[in-house]
Amino acid sequence: MNVMALMKALPGSVAQGLIWGLLAVGVYITYKVLDYADLTVDGSLCTGGAVAVMMMLAGYNPYLALVGATLAGMAAGLVTGVFHVTFGIPAILSGILTQLGLYSVNMRIMGKSNQAISVDKYDLILSLRNIPHAIFVSSIFCVIAIVVLYWFFGTELGRSIRATGNNENMSRAQGINTKTMKIVGLMISNGLVGLAGAFYAQYQGNADVNMGRGAIVIGLAAVIIGGVLFGRIFRNFAMRLVGVIFGAILYFVVITVVLQLGLETTDLKLISALIVAAFLAVPYLKGQYFIKHGKKGGKANA
Amino acid sequence: MLELKEIYKTFNPNSPSEKKALNGVNLTLESGDFVTIIGGNGAGKSTMLNAIAGVWPIDSGHVMIDGIDVTKLPEHKRALYLGRVFQDPMNGTAADMEIEENLALAYRRGQPRGLRWGITAKERGEYKELLKTLDLGLETRLRAKVGLLSGGQRQALTLLMATLKKPKLLLLDEHTAALDPKTAAKVLQLSDRMIAEHGLTALMVTHNMKDAIAHGNRLIMMSNGRIILDIKGEEKKKLTVEDLLQKFSVASGSEFVNDRALLG
Repeated sequence: MNVMALMKALPGSVAQGLIWGLLAVGVYITYKVLDYADLTVDGSLCTGGAVAVMMMLAGYNPYLALVGATLAGMAAGLVTGVFHVTFGIPAILSGILTQLGLYSVNMRIMGKSNQAISVDKYDLILSLRNIPHAIFVSSIFCVIAIVVLYWFFGTELGRSIRATGNNENMSRAQGINTKTMKIVGLMISNGLVGLAGAFYAQYQGNADVNMGRGAIVIGLAAVIIGGVLFGRIFRNFAMRLVGVIFGAILYFVVITVVLQLGLETTDLKLISALIVAAFLAVPYLKGQYFIKHGKKGGKANA
Repeated sequence: MLELKEIYKTFNPNSPSEKKALNGVNLTLESGDFVTIIGGNGAGKSTMLNAIAGVWPIDSGHVMIDGIDVTKLPEHKRALYLGRVFQDPMNGTAADMEIEENLALAYRRGQPRGLRWGITAKERGEYKELLKTLDLGLETRLRAKVGLLSGGQRQALTLLMATLKKPKLLLLDEHTAALDPKTAAKVLQLSDRMIAEHGLTALMVTHNMKDAIAHGNRLIMMSNGRIILDIKGEEKKKLTVEDLLQKFSVASGSEFVNDRALLG
């Protein structure tokens, strides 16, 4: 392995990890808080990127473009939520339907499959041309996102969303409109994903209709890696979100190392799938082992 | 306080697993009534409570709570009037949330939930005092996750949550069935105390005839989705298990043999 090349590539993985960390925090909200496997993400990441790039190409302020991307992502989450709670379509299928439909929407937004935006001509918020700056900017946005979410999930509304994900029966018995809560949760989650898409498009200098393919797996990888590695030390909600972002950074570092070992970029999807499968399998197999051997695995529930 | 008029509910209609769960239920409760409900498996006891709570829409009939027709209201809107405790201790609380968070959720039952902070310092003080009355040592564990509590502790907490905002009607659905006898007795005693303290109107489903006789001022027995016995006043006070079995056999005829084991 070429250590020098690896060291050179690492800052880029950190920047990517921070940008995808925003997406992963969105995935955390659906997957962990709402207990909802939302596959909208693969489509809404590109929607965010597409809206941001088209807005900036049309001369809008890049920060306004971020707002536009977030709102577009939220709209995607709204659609998935309505599919699920209003029309009774199963959770996973609702996300898949939105994701599929968004492909056409994203093509409409961009007019073609790829829209480039050059950092030379446009005032981008970050770009891979200046990685230290990209790391700085994306860190700030991660911190802002975590602070806002920490506040939000401490409010009456936010706590009701958490209760809905935790125990729907109890939530309804306590007068919580669980349908609305699911929709709001999906909107917040996909809003973050749209925002991540806006940053990612700027980072790589284009929005591409395929940029979100497999995004959910990367998001899940970050959530799961963050949970497995930092779950014991990071108990507080905000710190858990920090753990998720660390998880995303670690994921990209691992990918960089794997690439340096000589694998092709086209092998990445397989590696991502295997990483997620492995991290999901470990806690399960551990549990099985403890049941079989009568060890104190279940102690926490005693 | 509560009025059920001709309530019918059939599960899986027009299919091999069709089940007529409620078959014309009529019931009127006065304010302050504490009614115990007994009956064999599948008699419709829990189904009746779920019909009141609005877990699913009923096929026909009306549910009135304190003069308000709630038949068409969804479950979360009826929650304004109801306090509920379930059979499964896991069901009534959010396990991954703290004790104080669970109480704060219950404290806001029937209120719009906005962007105010979800719990105030003043509430915390109140919760501490209320938890002290449970005598389970929970007042020092406000920030503990509810998932760490025992089944009995969780049921006691659920009871507290159900009565935190004084409900018009308290629905107890075999809420001691999953507990060991000693804990069950303690939770029952607590239920009695809370109902008396707040002057609540309550419906309590139980499998235990002795409990059904010892608690409340009125006893109803269900079979095949109907109320077949309704005993109140002096008659209820003097009731014995033998009386009840006798009455049951008269009211329901041949089913007696099958249900006796369950009821006795």
